[in-house]
Amino acid sequence: MPRLSSALRSAALAASLIASSSLVPAAEAAEAATRSAKQYIPIATYRVGAYASSGTPVWGGTIDYLRYINEVEGGINGVKLVWEECETEWAVEKGVECYERLKGGREGSPAPLFLPHGDPISKALTEKSVADKIPLLTTGYGRTEAIDGRVFPYSFTVLFSFWSEASSAVNYIAEQVGGKDKLKGLKIATVYHDSPYGKETQVPLDLLAKTYGFENIQIAVPHPGNDQSAQWARIRQIKPDWVFLRGWGVMTPVAIKTAAKTGFPVDHIIGGIWSGSEEDVRPAGSVGKGYLAITPFPAGAEFGILKKIKAAIVDQGKSDLKDLKSFGSVYYNSGVIETIIAVEAIRTAQARFGHRPLNGEETQWGLEHLVLDEARLKELGADGLVQPLRLSAKDHEGGGAGKVLQWDGAKWTIVSNGWVKSDRELLLPVIYERAAAYAREKGITPRSEDTAEAGAK
Amino acid sequence: MSFFLETLAGGLLAGVMYALVAIGFVLIYKASGVFNFAQGAMVLCAALTFVTLTERDVPFWLAGLITLAIMVTLAVAVERIVLRPLVNRSQITLFMATLGLSYVIEGGSQFVMGASVHELDLGLSDLPVAIGPIQLSSFDLVAALTAGALVLALWLFFERTRIGVSLRAVADDPQAALSIGIRLPVLWATVWAVAGFVALVAGLLWGARQGVQFSLTFVVLKALPVLIIGGFTSITGAIVGGLIVGAADALAEIYLGPLLGGSVSTWFAYALAVAFLLVRPAGLFGERAIERV
Repeated sequence: MPRLSSALRSAALAASLIASSSLVPAAEAAEAATRSAKQYIPIATYRVGAYASSGTPVWGGTIDYLRYINEVEGGINGVKLVWEECETEWAVEKGVECYERLKGGREGSPAPLFLPHGDPISKALTEKSVADKIPLLTTGYGRTEAIDGRVFPYSFTVLFSFWSEASSAVNYIAEQVGGKDKLKGLKIATVYHDSPYGKETQVPLDLLAKTYGFENIQIAVPHPGNDQSAQWARIRQIKPDWVFLRGWGVMTPVAIKTAAKTGFPVDHIIGGIWSGSEEDVRPAGSVGKGYLAITPFPAGAEFGILKKIKAAIVDQGKSDLKDLKSFGSVYYNSGVIETIIAVEAIRTAQARFGHRPLNGEETQWGLEHLVLDEARLKELGADGLVQPLRLSAKDHEGGGAGKVLQWDGAKWTIVSNGWVKSDRELLLPVIYERAAAYAREKGITPRSEDTAEAGAK
Repeated sequence: MSFFLETLAGGLLAGVMYALVAIGFVLIYKASGVFNFAQGAMVLCAALTFVTLTERDVPFWLAGLITLAIMVTLAVAVERIVLRPLVNRSQITLFMATLGLSYVIEGGSQFVMGASVHELDLGLSDLPVAIGPIQLSSFDLVAALTAGALVLALWLFFERTRIGVSLRAVADDPQAALSIGIRLPVLWATVWAVAGFVALVAGLLWGARQGVQFSLTFVVLKALPVLIIGGFTSITGAIVGGLIVGAADALAEIYLGPLLGGSVSTWFAYALAVAFLLVRPAGLFGERAIERV
């Protein structure tokens, strides 16, 4: 028996040795496979069509930052990035088609998130993204109620919602006139693109007007906005103190030119996020000098991360930009900012789920636990470029502030004293109410914060 | 009262800008009985070519000449490649051909010259000018004068030249025109070249107002009601239709918009065009089609 047991022990030892010797290369292989596995990022773009001039610099920023992460940092914790574009021409049906085509991932990597790049597209995908568990990352656009992640778990209206945009613009006007108490009696006219996007600020402006006592005037401009003589004739008649311009595409330069020819002072027009790029104001020519815009995407090439991208990517001839004068522009920087948020969300999720390509559910957890404080932004070289952010299930916006830029005839200058914050404490209860109403209408049971905390399995 | 007059005058001047685009449609329609869907793309192509040249320090006049030469070349190419194989085909076939052509011109222009927005400075100031109790845009006044000069030149071309008379004959009956020796290919190339020149003028004025960008193709949206009201075959009709659409749009926006709670100019011009269709299907100055049965 001892012989038998000894023989069995020897056999077991031999078997375990064989097994362990075969396990070592297996573990190494698995680790190597993880290292070689790439994280897929699907991107909806519009490089052709009516809005190509706005989109092209954005993808320049997006792709240059992705290349920077791969080439300088070796990927996110060693996981390199691969990306794929899909052309939408900013059309809803093409955007939805792109989402359907790309949501399955590529080469074994799932889609961690989707960048819809179009307000109507993001709204059309709201419910699909929940069913597919793929977060929609929308920076500076998207459904405002999606700030409430308990109702909209997969929509992330990060940085600066349209409601915050309106509130920050009013707060900037308050700064200029000597305080919020001086807003009483002022006339603020909003000249808006006559579309769901354009109308999105009507509710918050109504609330702010009631709170601060200014007169809220709303003037619609039909798409595309290439003739606004009637609208600006009304402005001349009403004589507002300030105009808040919420345009898109050609509407902005035409508004600036028409304002000038009707004699309205351009330095009392504050453009919204999508009326505040070089592409918006340059065609207006010399009359655009003095025009203001509020944005979560400050222009400039002097931010730390921009200098790093310039040295590693642009100067090496690897930039996605065809026209390098867009480097550091509002749109280019918006692409960089959006991609920083996407990359940092994946990095946050990797800390919990491992250094490997992640799926949408895991990245959603990363987004809801994303913290970009001043210290982290400094490390990234993005201080001043990206506002401090702290996302949670209850707050998919995180920031809610913008900087005010002024056009000097050739470039934007930041004229606000840092980030102009919105009145989130005033707006959030109304946003939550509207999200709850949406949940009731659609039969959605809002997540509790505990469920959200548990996150992906 | 002065506000009403100012709105009316502003609308009329805006209407002239629409008429400039509508004239391009009229030219092609007169020669081939086809609504040229590619006219907006031609406006974009002309303006983009011009501004691309001036940005490379080509003098203004030379850029204009080179652009005109390119538009003429384009016209000849359209005649050879698109229209000649479709002689005596139905009008809907020709219309679909121009639809396809518009995508080719738009895509080709952006592919060659890029999709960026360009500023176009014609050296015309766009500041308010006081005329009596009302303020008008100096730029719009120059645009109106330009349109007037263009209409006069085109009227002379169609009424006083042999080519103009031949064009009218071709428009009436291409087969009959061919049978009496009128050379259709030359005429079509000529009229497309003239339409290219009109597109250049419209592209420069619209480009100076809004920047040279893809949305220049959208200006044709308002040309359609202008044509329905004025008539598809009359240059004078295009001008009158433009004035009616411009003035009606501006007044409706001011006086009807607030009552209806939004912008009305998206649909008002089309509603007006439908009303004209019911009363005068050929438009104010259009030729009534008489068919023997």
